[in-house]
Parts: sequence; C-alpha cells; structure tokens
Amino acid sequence: MKRTIQLAVGVLALAVAPLAAQLVVPELTYDVQIEPLKLPGNLNFGEVAGVATNSKGDVFVYTRTGHPTLSLGTARPFAHGGSRMFRFDKTGKYVGEIGQGSYAMLFAEKVKVDPQDNIWVVDQMSNTIMEFDAEGRLVMLLGRKAESEAVPARGAAPPAAPGGGGAGAGGGGAAAGGRAAGPAPQAGAGGRGGAAPDAEGGGGRGRGGPPGAGGAQDVFSRPTDVAWDAAGNIYVADGLGNNSRIAKFDKNGKFVRSWGQTGTANGQFRQPRSIAIDAQGLVYVADAGNRRIQVFDGDGNYKTRFLNVGTPRAICITSGPRQVMYVSNSNVPEDIDVEGNIYKVDLTGKLLGTFGRAGRIAKEFNAVNQLECRTENEVWAAELGNWRVSKITLRGNATN
Amino acid sequence: MRRALSVPLAAALVLYALPAFAQVKATAQNVPEIPYDSVPNFLKLPPGRYLGEAIGVATNSKGHVFVYTRSANTQLFEFDQNGTFVREIGPGAYNFEFAHSVRVDPQDNIWVVDEGTNTITRFNPEGHITLVLGRRPPAVQGMLQAPLPGPKPPAAKYTFGRPTDVAWDPQGNIFISDGYVNHRVVKFDKNGRFVKQVGSQIPGGEPSQFSTPHGIAVDLNGNVYVADRGNNRMQVFDNNLVLKNIYDNIGVSWTVCISPGPHQYLFTSNSNPNGNTPGSWDITGEIYKMELDGTILGKFGHAGKQLGGFQVVHMMDCRNPDQIFVAEIESWRAQKLLLKPATGTPVRPTTTAAR
Repeated sequence: MKRTIQLAVGVLALAVAPLAAQLVVPELTYDVQIEPLKLPGNLNFGEVAGVATNSKGDVFVYTRTGHPTLSLGTARPFAHGGSRMFRFDKTGKYVGEIGQGSYAMLFAEKVKVDPQDNIWVVDQMSNTIMEFDAEGRLVMLLGRKAESEAVPARGAAPPAAPGGGGAGAGGGGAAAGGRAAGPAPQAGAGGRGGAAPDAEGGGGRGRGGPPGAGGAQDVFSRPTDVAWDAAGNIYVADGLGNNSRIAKFDKNGKFVRSWGQTGTANGQFRQPRSIAIDAQGLVYVADAGNRRIQVFDGDGNYKTRFLNVGTPRAICITSGPRQVMYVSNSNVPEDIDVEGNIYKVDLTGKLLGTFGRAGRIAKEFNAVNQLECRTENEVWAAELGNWRVSKITLRGNATN
Repeated sequence: MRRALSVPLAAALVLYALPAFAQVKATAQNVPEIPYDSVPNFLKLPPGRYLGEAIGVATNSKGHVFVYTRSANTQLFEFDQNGTFVREIGPGAYNFEFAHSVRVDPQDNIWVVDEGTNTITRFNPEGHITLVLGRRPPAVQGMLQAPLPGPKPPAAKYTFGRPTDVAWDPQGNIFISDGYVNHRVVKFDKNGRFVKQVGSQIPGGEPSQFSTPHGIAVDLNGNVYVADRGNNRMQVFDNNLVLKNIYDNIGVSWTVCISPGPHQYLFTSNSNPNGNTPGSWDITGEIYKMELDGTILGKFGHAGKQLGGFQVVHMMDCRNPDQIFVAEIESWRAQKLLLKPATGTPVRPTTTAAR
C-alpha cells in the first residue's frame, strides 16, 4: 500500500506527464458524439450528473439546472429546485421531463434504470433515492429530505486550499504554476464564494458507531449511487457526507445491512462515488478518495481491490456473458489539466485499454460523474464540467 | 495620479471614500464634445417582460441586440436590429443568477459572464450552451459564510471569484477579467485551457496589478485593454499579458469596448457612481472615444436619469463606432446612441506608462 501511495503522488506531481500506468495500457480507438440528444430551443443542460438508458434505448439525463433556491420568510429556510430530469427517445429526440416540481430534486447525482425499466434517481442534497416507473410515477422512496437548511451551512468548512491549484503569481512571467499536487485533485474554488466541492467527507458517527458507518437505516449523507443484484436487492453508495458505507436493502426497501466506515483499510471508504454489480452478484465500489475500486460479495465481505484505475468517480459494467467494466479516472470540474481518461477493465482488474483525457472539446471529458455501459462498444458519459452528455463509440479494439 | 500610484493602498482607500474628487482629478481637460442623440424606446419589450438592472448589452453581426439583465431572475433577451423582441435565451439556465456581462464573438456566439455563479458560458446562435468556464458553487454545500474564515485562497486556474467580462483575440484565445474577489486577468486558449494570468487574488495599484478589473476588450493585434475600475485607469497589455500602457486620464474606467474594422476606436465610460451621491453628476458620467494609443478624440454623455443621460453605465457595445449601445444599472434600460462628428482638437496621451 505504501508503495502504491508513493507512486500515486509521484504521478500526480508530474500532472501533465502521461500517467505511468498508461504507458503499458493500449490506447483504444474511439469516436464521440457530443450532442447525441436534441434539446428544445429554450432548454439547456446544467452540470450533467447522470445519464442512463432503458431496454428500449430511451435516454434519461439528470442535470443540475435552474435556480437552487432557499425561500425567505421564516426562521427555517427551505430548499427547492436546482435539478431536473429529462427524457429522450432512442433517436435522441426530446420526450419530456420526469419529476418536474417534485420535492427532492435539488442536486443531481445519478440516474439508473433497473432491468424492469424503472428509473432510479439519486439526489445528493436531498439525501433521497427516488424510484419512478417507466411512466414517471413515483414507486418507492429511500431516505428523507431534510426539512430545512441551516444558514450558514451546518459544519461548512473553509475551502481546503490544497497545495497547488493556484494559477501562479501575478505579473509578467506568471506561467501555469501550482499544478494540483495533493492526493485529492481538488482545485481551490475561485475566491471565497465557493468551498472546495470535494472536501473530504466522512468522519461522522452514525448512531454511536464508528466514524462513517452510518445507521441501520436509510438515512443517507450525500448518497452517490444505487445498484441491484439479480434478486433485486438494492445497494446504495453513501456517500460524500458523514457516511462512508454501502447500505443494502431488500427489493421492498427494507434495510438489510450496511458495511464500511471512513478510512483507508480494506472494507473502509473515502468518498464512495459509484457502485456496480456483476452477474455473479459481486459489488464493485469506486472508492474515489482512496483511488481504488473495492470488490465485495453481496454480504459485504471484502474480496479484492483494483489500484490501477486512477481516481474512479464513475464505473459501469456491461451486460451479457462476458462482462467488462469502464472506469472514469475523472478530473474535478475545477481542473482540466489532470486525469480525465477512461479505462476499460476486466472484472479481475486487468486494464484492457484507456482512452480520452480531460478537456472541453469533443473526445475530451470534463469531470465524468456517471458512465452508462450500453454495450461493450457504446458507452455514455455524463460530464459535470462540460454540461453535456457524450456518446462514446469504441471501434476496432481487440478485446481479450 | 502619480502619487496615487505610488501609494496604492492609501490612495485606494481615499478613492473609495471620495470617488467624485478622485475622478475630477483624473480626467483630461479640453476634450472635444461629441454631439449625440438617444433613440427613444428603441428596445420594445412584450407585455409582462421587464428589464431590471440592464447590466450587459451586445450586438451580433446582424445587428441583433442582446441584453443580459437582472430581472426577477437574471435573464438574457434578444432583440432584432429594429429593437423588436425576438426571444429569451436559455430561460432558467444553470449559469444565470446575477448578470454581469454579455458579449458576442465573431461567429455570433453569445457569451455571458455571471458573477453570481462564477461562470463564463458560451451560447451558440441557436441558444444552446457549448462551452462553460468556471464552476457554480455546488448547492449541496448549502449557503456558505462569506467571506469564509481564513486566508484568501490563491486564484485557481479554472475557477473565478465574481468574474466581470470576457473578450477574444483574433486567434480565439479567451481573456477574462476576474473580478471582484480575484483581481486578475486570465488568458485561456480557444479550447478553454489555461494559458496565463496577470494580477492575483490580491488587489493592488501597482502596474500590472488590479483593483476590481471590471471590463475587458482586445484589439485586432491581440492587445488587451482592461478597465481597472478600482484604480481609476485602463491598463493595456500585449497578447502575452505584458504591460504596455496605462491610461489614467479618463476617470474611473468602468467598462471598455473596441470597434471592429481596420481603424479601431476605443471607448471607455467614466460612469457616475451608484447611489447618485451629491456632486457626482457634475463630474462623472461621460464616455470617452479614443484611439488605441490613448489619444482622446472626444467625449459624450453625462450623468442623468432622463433619456440621453446615463445613470451608471455598466457596459457598452461599439460594433458600429457611430452607434453605441449603453446598458445602465440604475435606469433599468439600454439606450441606443447615435454619435455625430466631434469638433475640436484631440487630447494626446499624457502618460504612456510602460513602467
């Protein structure tokens, strides 16, 4: 582990130099469509947090847009709005909106479609997971939105000003100084108006348990993702706040168990950001803050880990008899000069290839928050930083 | 003004407290007057729509007029060349919170600078977002204390602190004035990758420092003109952000624009301060027309709330140098001005201050 950490820091210090790991990983050939979805003239995406497709090829996009609002007039400010979910057909034509005016679409995080074509929406701010049926009716809710917000925000820490991230001293000779050098590649937010959005979560105590263990319940703290096993059991990655755990519920939403707490040991998490389950029921957790993927069985028993995937912030697994995983080594939206490539990985953790880098033009990616494995050669990416959905087509790549 | 430059901190405090006094000292004398008319009711809004603080105004190649306004929500309106309302662009877009600037690039993309969301966003002519610089502070963090405790973090490459304006050079490189929290100018390449900055998160009055850089424009040679509002001056940089000139006889320099074409003109507004302070109307409010080298060709306008007067000009468009659009804060309007030839002797620059 120590060696791995040193290697990771060294690689980050190089920042723009090619990642050492990539040198031995084949570059995959790919094309990208950056406007696969046709929005009506008066609509725009904001930060695109989630993208998913159903069995018919309909596309669902969960985006942070509109005006996140706190209402005045009471000692308790209430939060409203800030995110919307749009639906498109398989040709990319806009169909409509799901959840418009609903109670808990505040800060989009993920959208997933289950095998029955139900649409699951993960909202990071309202701490809820909303299941809609294919017609857009709410079927089930996990979690509960806080009744009101605290102003200033409860426990709002000053922005971690990590070493680097600055633009260098002013004056005539200022070059691009201050590359992000810390292990958490977060740029300082611009000015005092914004704190570092990826300030480390974790450390909270769930009902007297160890830090980040959460409670035996569906009280989430900035949850990030949801997935299901073949039996329909529900697994929630929870999250970026005080909890650092995976919570398991049965298909009816009854709490079964949770595992994990804040930390770096096997079975512990720092910022679990994405979760996927393979055909055998193994649970893959993108443990972004620890720069690894951890693998568990359905009861939470630790199996193995992948340490060669950068900072995994989004993962997906293809369906079919021979499954592969795509892993986004996402940059943060505040810095496009680090990371940003996507790995293709087999389920033992072997790197099959890599493609892309951070940036704003086509075939570059900016802070991918969700990957949708439509097929092994068709992957959709939700980009926080570019406010867009990219449809990726991989071409002529030998698989092994 | 030289003294002010040598004791920037004290001067900045004095200037802040006594803007009128400072501005009258800092304006050139015997400047020719440029006669002008203001077109009455040029922008025609449909019933139920209003301009608020009309913070930004810009025109495209067809003469369409874009106004970025602080209405009930911050909104971006498009009018045609006759002032007829065409549409609202991007209603409810994620980058709209507190308008600051709108500019139209040579490809007719519409760029908006929003100081409430710390973003610079490019809309294509159809009204869809195609580029985003900066990041809106995530709502999930809740309402943060401002200013946050502790030392001010260094300005980062890709995030802004209440940015103010945007401009491009002929190669498409992007220049951003940033702003009220940071005090710098940042250069990005046309793909939005950081190249360089001048200034920092700290305000200052020395050459190449800024105190609220509030407007920016680039000429055909790639030189960068920055309205250094808090320092009562304009600073001119080459394309690599190396200082070339300081023009400090034009008042407060709230905003700047440069006309296109082979002979370019520079306009800057000595806007009267918000709040209509006693005496301020007498000595502020005029707009200067200049050569790029700092020669003042003339001035026009004055503080005032009636049509033809200016109540805090926030931004100008000078795509046609004889037909200027001005957007005002405290009159909730954008005026179309028709300039007539000036008579009189241009005023040569007094300070060419590449120091």
